[in-house]
Amino acid sequence: MTAAVELKEVKVLSAKYHLKDSFTLEVARQHGGYSQIDKAFGMEPGDIVEEVKNSGLRGRGGAGFPAGMKWSFLPKDNDKPVYLAVNSDESEPGTFKDRQIIEKDPHMLIEGIIITCYAIKAHDAYIYIRGEYVAQARMLQNAIDEAYEAGLLGENACGKGYRVDVTVHSGAGAYVCGEEMALLESIEGKKGQPRVKPPFPALVGLYDAPTIINNVQTIASVPYIIEHGAEGYRKFGTEKSAGTFLFGISGHVEKPGVYEVEMGVSMQEFIDKLAGGVWKGRKLKAVIPGGSSCPVLNAEDVAKCTLDYESLMENGSMLGSGGMIVSDDQTCMVRNLKNLLYFYQHESCGQCTPCREGLGWMYKVVADIEDGKGKMEDLDLLLSIADNVEGKTVCVLSGAAAMPCRSHILKFREEFEEHIKLGKCPFPK
Amino acid sequence: MSAEERKAIRADKPFAFSEETERKFQQLLTRYPKDQKKSLNLPCLWLAQRQEGWVSAEAMEYIAERLEIPVTDVYEVATFYTMYHLHPIGKYHIQLCRTLSCELRGKEEILKHISKKLGIKPGQTTADGRFTLSQVECLAACGGGPMMQLNDDYHENLTPERVDQILDQLP
Ligand SMILES: Cc1cc2nc3c(=O)[nH]c(=O)nc-3n(C[C@H](O)[C@H](O)[C@H](O)COP(=O)(O)O)c2cc1C
Ligand code: SF4
Ligand code: FES
Repeated sequence: MTAAVELKEVKVLSAKYHLKDSFTLEVARQHGGYSQIDKAFGMEPGDIVEEVKNSGLRGRGGAGFPAGMKWSFLPKDNDKPVYLAVNSDESEPGTFKDRQIIEKDPHMLIEGIIITCYAIKAHDAYIYIRGEYVAQARMLQNAIDEAYEAGLLGENACGKGYRVDVTVHSGAGAYVCGEEMALLESIEGKKGQPRVKPPFPALVGLYDAPTIINNVQTIASVPYIIEHGAEGYRKFGTEKSAGTFLFGISGHVEKPGVYEVEMGVSMQEFIDKLAGGVWKGRKLKAVIPGGSSCPVLNAEDVAKCTLDYESLMENGSMLGSGGMIVSDDQTCMVRNLKNLLYFYQHESCGQCTPCREGLGWMYKVVADIEDGKGKMEDLDLLLSIADNVEGKTVCVLSGAAAMPCRSHILKFREEFEEHIKLGKCPFPK
Repeated sequence: MSAEERKAIRADKPFAFSEETERKFQQLLTRYPKDQKKSLNLPCLWLAQRQEGWVSAEAMEYIAERLEIPVTDVYEVATFYTMYHLHPIGKYHIQLCRTLSCELRGKEEILKHISKKLGIKPGQTTADGRFTLSQVECLAACGGGPMMQLNDDYHENLTPERVDQILDQLP
């Protein structure tokens, strides 16, 4: 294990959050908003792609795919339009970071969109925002309207002779629409049922045209990379996990919230120092590190982990979308799993049988165990269903349910067994 | 959707966009490629719901006509997504988050409190038509759990007292 990066809050994405009316164009501009447009348009589009590639910026939506590399997959000879879709669906339980960007610094996102559009030769960007974000969609639209009025968007965006149009498209309540192919279907006015990949969206995406899909936080990181260069961005984080991350933390901690830190800081220190430690003076039992689909860690694992892609992978989990869910030592892990599986079976889009049937089945078996009606062989049954749904479906939602299921049993098997032996839940309700 | 199900969601009065909705619709038309009108499917369902409070079969037929798409394409979308109301609901819609972070911070107590206070269970509307209660999945306010969405607005860090304050002062 390498030494952890020093824990301190940093201000790359969150630089303006403390300012009054930070969401307005006026305040944004007073504090460097849109100041990187000139520099970006002075570069060749391909050079911006290179710079982002070299910066090591990885997607903040969950999979951590290198952003610049994704952009370079666009076809070289292409007579169709190229689209940018910005993923603001933010529906993975435990994740609530993109909302900060939209509420506190939407202009940083818009500046990122303008630069990205120029880099990938797109003229139309769609921001897909979850339907429940009514107030946030309005805030985003206000910021976009301000940008149009100031000539930053439109036919001659920022006076550069390059058209950039940005449209907010609201979803209507479906977690699966955060999956990139379902997201495109939803913009096209259809049910949010993921399409089979390949072809990947960089070749066949929105309206069958080449499309780049990136998370809000990924795109909002672009202006900083232009300003400070790839090397400047790499000053933060580790070799393979460059930059900063807006980590969310929720559950049993004293100070839940969103904190921006460099990647590579100690998870334990993050919990203890920034989030104020486990609440009510209790002990830590478990942490789901990066949104509910990531395998759960026990206290021993947490002490070893740093908040970066490699460390979490080495410890059997994932960084995901950076939303930690903390449970104290009085928590029933069977009940936690039951809660999560209810979510996943509810959100299955229904087009693949293993997902539609398997997730509901997993939920019922775990609910029975929690109710004291479980049998010992149910544990192997759960593991076998998990293996049989994962990787056998159109999208990875089934895997997103299988991973917590498997890891909860693996790390906390004795709690499941105790429920079964006692015929009831041993924890207070 | 079967013919019977469609009948069950009829408002039994004609639907058309109001002047204001029409203005928004015309604006939306400029945001998508001209040959991709179907992209306005979700936005139009939102417009209809904003206007009437719910989406009737008549509204869906109207949208299909305006977008020049089969009406089944509209039904399909209106029933796939959870946020479109196919029946009128209460004036105030309380959507309490059910998911893990909120559960860990006591959403069950809040649910019991609201249920008792209003005399309804999730999925029900009060007899006076003021409140509808729903349990919903994670609303991305996990750091402020337990939380609810009341019509458009989020309310976080709920306690029974906070809930009383919020609900008692509604007009
Ligand atoms: C079921 C499911 C839900 C997802 N939800 C989101 C989401 O809410 N927000 C998001 O940015 N990415 C989400 N993703 C990941 C996207 O498919 C996609 O990888 C991401 O938007 C790409 O952007 P990035 O490379 O910048 O991370 C989800 C994936 C799956 C399989
Ligand atoms: S895995 Fe589940 S959510 Fe994904 S496409 Fe198949 S049925 Fe739909
Ligand atoms: S779990 Fe309740 S808002 Fe995320």
